Amino acid sequence: MTTYDEQRLGEVLRRLPPAPAGWVEAAKELPRARVELDAIVERAERDAAFRATVMGGLEDALRASGVEPRPVVVEHLRKRLA
Amino acid sequence: MAHTSAAAQPDGELVARCRAGDTEAWNELVERFSRYVFAIATQAFRLAQHDAEDVFQDVFAKVYERLGTLRSDDAIRPWIGQLTRNRCLDQLRASGRVVPVAEIEERAEEVIDSIDEALAVREGLEHLSPECREILDRFFARDETYRTIGESLSLPAGTIASRISRCLARLRDELAS
Repeated sequence: MTTYDEQRLGEVLRRLPPAPAGWVEAAKELPRARVELDAIVERAERDAAFRATVMGGLEDALRASGVEPRPVVVEHLRKRLA
Repeated sequence: MAHTSAAAQPDGELVARCRAGDTEAWNELVERFSRYVFAIATQAFRLAQHDAEDVFQDVFAKVYERLGTLRSDDAIRPWIGQLTRNRCLDQLRASGRVVPVAEIEERAEEVIDSIDEALAVREGLEHLSPECREILDRFFARDETYRTIGESLSLPAGTIASRISRCLARLRDELAS
């Protein structure tokens, strides 16, 4: 078992700073983003004009659904519509 | 951090709740592992901030999508660690630069060992009082000054150093027990 003195404990604790708050909040939003993505994809499969609009502006389509168009989300939507 | 409070659920139970669609559990999972993913991306693989953000979001997206494929719920931490390693290497390869993968992986593994040690130490924080957890996190992990900590916690700045020392001693005893 490792034994620690107080100085070493401090050094070890410094190794895990918090991730930027915005990143953490975006990751927490994934379940909700998934629901919105499902809705967009489902509608795009039924409505060719809507699909064309979405494909012409993925970021705008996400924003209109209340989803922050982060690259990973945009890419995910692009793949699902491909 | 690996766990966020004295009452934190074991990883396996948290994963089971996530799989059942509990969004609060998902929030807890993100909080629990966000520092881990961030540290691997920025310290072990030394990714630039924008690349680290892509990795961070993509790792959690994969975790969310593939949680059902995890063989053992208790294996969530090594699984997330491996997802992050792989995604960091993909990010480096996609940068267009010549990447000495073996060299980078070797160096990264050493750093990840130290990050794993830090996670284990942070688990010891769970057994301390909320005030100790807060003070130690603010001072060491968030790099806040005595003054900032004192103002945030409504404590005299002059007492912060002694409280840090006392909390570190408690943490040391906790880890030794």
